[in-house]
Amino acid sequence: MSDTDILEEEMGAAPPEGPDGPGTVGSRALGGLARILGAVALPVAAFVVLYLTFEWLRNADANRGLIVLVAVVVGVVGVFALYWGMDSVVNVLPERMREGVRPWVFVGPALVILGIFLAYPAINTIYLSFLDGKGDAFVGLENYGFVFTNEATMRSIRNTLAWIIVVPGIAVSIGLGFAVMADKLRRGEAVAKSIIFLPMAISFVGASVVWGYIYDFKVFGNQTGLLNGIWTGLGNDPVSWLAQTPWNNLFLMVIMIWMQTGFAMVILSAAIKAVPEELLEAARIDGANELQVFWRVVLPSIMSTMVVVTTTMVITVLKVFDIVFVMTNGESGTEVIAEQMIRWFFRNNHDGRGAAIAVILFLAIIPVMVVNVRRFRAEEEIR
Amino acid sequence: MTAHRATVVPPAKQEPGFWSRLADRLPVKLSIIAVCVLWIVPTLGLLISSFRTKAIVESEGWWTFFTKPLEFGQWTLDHYTTVLDARGFGNAFLNSLAVSIPATVIPITVAAFAAYAFSWMEFRGRHVVFVTVVGLLVVPLQMALIPLLRLYTSGEFFGIGTPFPHPLNGTYMAVWLAHTGFGLPLAVYLLRNYIGSLPSSIIESARIDGATHFQIFTRLIVPLSVPALAAFAIFQFLWVWNDFLVALVFLGGTPDVQVLTQALAELRGQFGQFEHLLPAAAFITMALPLAVFFALQRYFVRGLTAGSVKG
Repeated sequence: MSDTDILEEEMGAAPPEGPDGPGTVGSRALGGLARILGAVALPVAAFVVLYLTFEWLRNADANRGLIVLVAVVVGVVGVFALYWGMDSVVNVLPERMREGVRPWVFVGPALVILGIFLAYPAINTIYLSFLDGKGDAFVGLENYGFVFTNEATMRSIRNTLAWIIVVPGIAVSIGLGFAVMADKLRRGEAVAKSIIFLPMAISFVGASVVWGYIYDFKVFGNQTGLLNGIWTGLGNDPVSWLAQTPWNNLFLMVIMIWMQTGFAMVILSAAIKAVPEELLEAARIDGANELQVFWRVVLPSIMSTMVVVTTTMVITVLKVFDIVFVMTNGESGTEVIAEQMIRWFFRNNHDGRGAAIAVILFLAIIPVMVVNVRRFRAEEEIR
Repeated sequence: MTAHRATVVPPAKQEPGFWSRLADRLPVKLSIIAVCVLWIVPTLGLLISSFRTKAIVESEGWWTFFTKPLEFGQWTLDHYTTVLDARGFGNAFLNSLAVSIPATVIPITVAAFAAYAFSWMEFRGRHVVFVTVVGLLVVPLQMALIPLLRLYTSGEFFGIGTPFPHPLNGTYMAVWLAHTGFGLPLAVYLLRNYIGSLPSSIIESARIDGATHFQIFTRLIVPLSVPALAAFAIFQFLWVWNDFLVALVFLGGTPDVQVLTQALAELRGQFGQFEHLLPAAAFITMALPLAVFFALQRYFVRGLTAGSVKG
């Protein structure tokens, strides 16, 4: 856990200014042109070379293992060779231009990728949300009107609201409680934490299979799902848990809580251990009992970490898709926003409505993210 | 910790006796054990089911194992061999590697170069560009799916044809680039914080000795940044390995390229027919992330702590 503290400390220091002054660019026009070349043309050229390799790979009828090996080597070596090649090109340029162009060689590829893969799609999705299903005609706010009047999408918004209240609430509470209690253990703290943390390493699809053995329902014969095993053992008739609207939403949330509690627990545990021992000791000497120490000293000290953990989890939950998609396919009233969006994009082939839902998701994330980054920065400045 | 406290506590408060200490600690211990049991039960059920014969898995609950652990007739390894060969999970495992390794290395390399430039190189608009990059954290990847899919299939930006190479969907590269784009803002942000906090004296003296930026980056910055790079690498690797949505959209469902999460979702979709194979299949998808997780837990925890703003 001390590693974490070290890293945080190291990250906290303000970055000193770079050593070299602004590049001495003689001819502005030429320099500008070279910059554009460095930032755009070269990455694109390298990309085309990579793509041609791929074209060959895709059509080659070789052994799968070999193809995979070549793909990995090309991907891993290719990206480094790209930078090396660009840097070599810069070294050939007239000396006075070099230092003006070089930063763009370092930053350029990141900007090109972000431009193509995040900025452009975001703008295009906003644009698509004002078009009809095929993306041909402008329809104004019709798609948004549909989202806020359609029964299924409205239910998905209500369900997602329930998700972002219930999941972070319970996961953070259990994570915090567990972190506090595990801190008091003499032995076995690492083992106990690993058990809680383990589901973090499992995919959502894997988790759905895991929980199938809890929620399974059989009309006839012995039950294979644990919940029905217990339920029928108590003398009741078996229940199809995932069809019980609205409680099935809760059953799906349990899976998410199972996966996310470890995340909250680990980060909060690091924060609790960072609370100075003298502070706790002082409170105890002043006669505070353990409960008061927790509420009055520990909790206020870790408040900003709590906010970061909660907001991060809210964003994860806002985007929940896989669990619902695999477990119930959004049926029996379990729709969520991201699942509805995929449904309109890929099943009902109405890009305009899908895009409108995506924009709503985006708008919901912005305020949470702003709070998150602000807190994160504030915390760094304190350290 | 207890010993340390004992020295600070004033002598008037004697250390309590054995029984009262036990009574103090028992509720804590019991609650921890209870939570741990709750958390481990689902995975345990899966593990047991993956080794039991088809007839037993389909006719009994997995917990009946506890009443007869020594009946060896119920045990089998067949599910694992069937899943790996006949159901193509061996192939899917290779595909997951082909997707995950470059999709981890590429964003880290790109982000590290950019982070170095943002920290140690002077250029106009440096701060504005950096803030813009971090600002892209708010774009959810769901927003990028349709425009990117159109770009990949037809090379069109805003419906206008460009020389962008296409069709790209269905290739590993399509997924690498998408994951690189989605992971970059966070990677640049975290690595810039780390690389920017390295002591300036080292970099300055290297400059005076005549080292180029490229040499400083490869020989100094990368070795010094290993903790931060490793932390992000593990985080990104687990994220990509466990991803289903991006692979589903950009890789498509053809069996020769599909990754483990797709293969598992497909197997699950044909419910009933392959139900008995699901536990073994699920464990195959979990094997590598769990190994990575247990081997590099310290780094992973660090990555999470550093990565608390992932959008």
